[in-house]
Amino acid sequence: MPPILELRNLVKHFPGQQAVRSISLSIPRGAFFSLLGPSGCGKTTTLRLIAGFEQPTSGDVLLNGEPVNHHPPYERNVSTVFQNYALFPHLTARANIEFGLKRHRVPEIERRVREAVALVGLTGKEERRPAQLSGGERQRVALARSLVLQPDVLLLDEPLAALDPKLRKQMRLELKALQRQAGITFLLVTHDQEEALSMSDQLAVMNEGLIEQTGTPEDVYLRPRTRFVAGFLGAVNWIAGAAIRPECLTVSREAPGLTATVTATVFLGDCVQILLRLSTGETAVAQLPRAAVRFQAGETVHVSWNPADELSLP
Amino acid sequence: MKLRTSFLLPAWLWLALLFLAPFAIVLAYSFLTRVYVGVAPPWTAESYQRLFDPLYLVILARSFAIALAATALCLVFAFPAALFISRAARFKTLYLQLVMLPFWTSFLVRTYAWIFLLRDTGLVNTVLQALGLIHAPLPLLYNDGAVLLGLVYGYLPFMVLPIYATLERLDPSLVEAAADLGARPLATLFRVVVPLARPGIVAGSILVFIPCLGAYLTPDLLGGGRTVLVGNLVQNQFTTARDWPFGAAVSIALMLIVTLLLIAFLRRESEPLA
Repeated sequence: MPPILELRNLVKHFPGQQAVRSISLSIPRGAFFSLLGPSGCGKTTTLRLIAGFEQPTSGDVLLNGEPVNHHPPYERNVSTVFQNYALFPHLTARANIEFGLKRHRVPEIERRVREAVALVGLTGKEERRPAQLSGGERQRVALARSLVLQPDVLLLDEPLAALDPKLRKQMRLELKALQRQAGITFLLVTHDQEEALSMSDQLAVMNEGLIEQTGTPEDVYLRPRTRFVAGFLGAVNWIAGAAIRPECLTVSREAPGLTATVTATVFLGDCVQILLRLSTGETAVAQLPRAAVRFQAGETVHVSWNPADELSLP
Repeated sequence: MKLRTSFLLPAWLWLALLFLAPFAIVLAYSFLTRVYVGVAPPWTAESYQRLFDPLYLVILARSFAIALAATALCLVFAFPAALFISRAARFKTLYLQLVMLPFWTSFLVRTYAWIFLLRDTGLVNTVLQALGLIHAPLPLLYNDGAVLLGLVYGYLPFMVLPIYATLERLDPSLVEAAADLGARPLATLFRVVVPLARPGIVAGSILVFIPCLGAYLTPDLLGGGRTVLVGNLVQNQFTTARDWPFGAAVSIALMLIVTLLLIAFLRRESEPLA
């Protein structure tokens, strides 16, 4: 069986800008896949090319092995959850969810809407208009509106960006559970590495219109292939030519280790960050458990690590 | 508080002198008795009773029909134009200027221009005859069609601009969302774009319907006196017929009907959003 979605050498130029320089990607059926990258890296343009809102300059979008480049959005079996949700303000939650089903003239609209509403936990709020719903509820309507169509791929454009931080963390878990339950392939676009790492089965890290690395969250976090990937997924210390994550450093008052001075300590609640200046002049950050030994600014300490934790970067 | 009152003074003066005072005069005239030139006591409601003469009811009905038709035609022409301008990637300001360009010339002059275009020896008939498409001039002028044309032409910008304003504010991602959910372009237009442009459509319709209902210049010039509408009726009563009380009564009645209709219409319009 061909992959549910495949991108082959996809390129998109806008006047004076190469939004997508060349992207090839294969997304397996039923996966939760993320495109992760900073703003302006071309990830949203890639999503819009898949949805059909933009035409590629060259390259192909294949759904179920079939090229769909020349199909308008309404003839592609993918559906988008927009960043601002793009709910129809003049329609109730129910009418928003029914919208696609009515356009496709499918049978049993009422039952399917009821199931979708239950799936996203909106039962009882069907007759409200978007303006009468909270941000989280609007997002649920947007999800239900797309999921009810049983798309081959659900495209999510920064779906959590508009929510407050607490709700965002809760929705991460819910989105992941929803994806398993619905059995639909999700393609998520995000600039938040925590979001991508926590939800995805696989992710692709994008930078300047190109994919830097594709793999599982563990792969890209523990075995980044480029400096950009290493730096984008988390902080990296460069000490004596070695790249090492802050949580892999050991700080101690006793030797062995490189001599360093504590410049500051930052209490983060669940952990403590120690800012260090090494005797070589390099600076580093160590992240320690809260229960670890307390250090004072100005103290002389010794920094060490297990060579196995070093990231091997070019 | 004092400052606010003094700022509002010009507005109140304007309203009192140019609206309330004339309105009171017209209202008073409508209840007075006709004399050779002007009005005099005794007070009477006789003018209002004459309104129910079938002759005048027919004029009122015709005026409503023509104003409704003009509003509908304006909507049909204005909506695509407004949609086009709101979607234009370039020259948006130029297109808007073009919509407003006719206001640079007097309405009277522009209406006269239509006479020169539509009369038997006018441009349209001359060209059609020269091309051999017709052998005798078409009766383009001095009929209901010409009046309708003049009204639609004259009030079209008042429909285009409010619709453009609502379409301009329409979130483009809603149109994309509709397509994404499987709506073809026509379904997107009628299920998403038109419903969301409704405030503009309502505002434009009111701006076109009310002046069309009371129009007298266009039916006078392009209808050639054969098409008497309620505006012409009022004018005739104050000029040739010299029946000021009746003219005033027709004005007051028209104003009352429009106000009541507007209240009913706007109440219905605001209901679903409440």
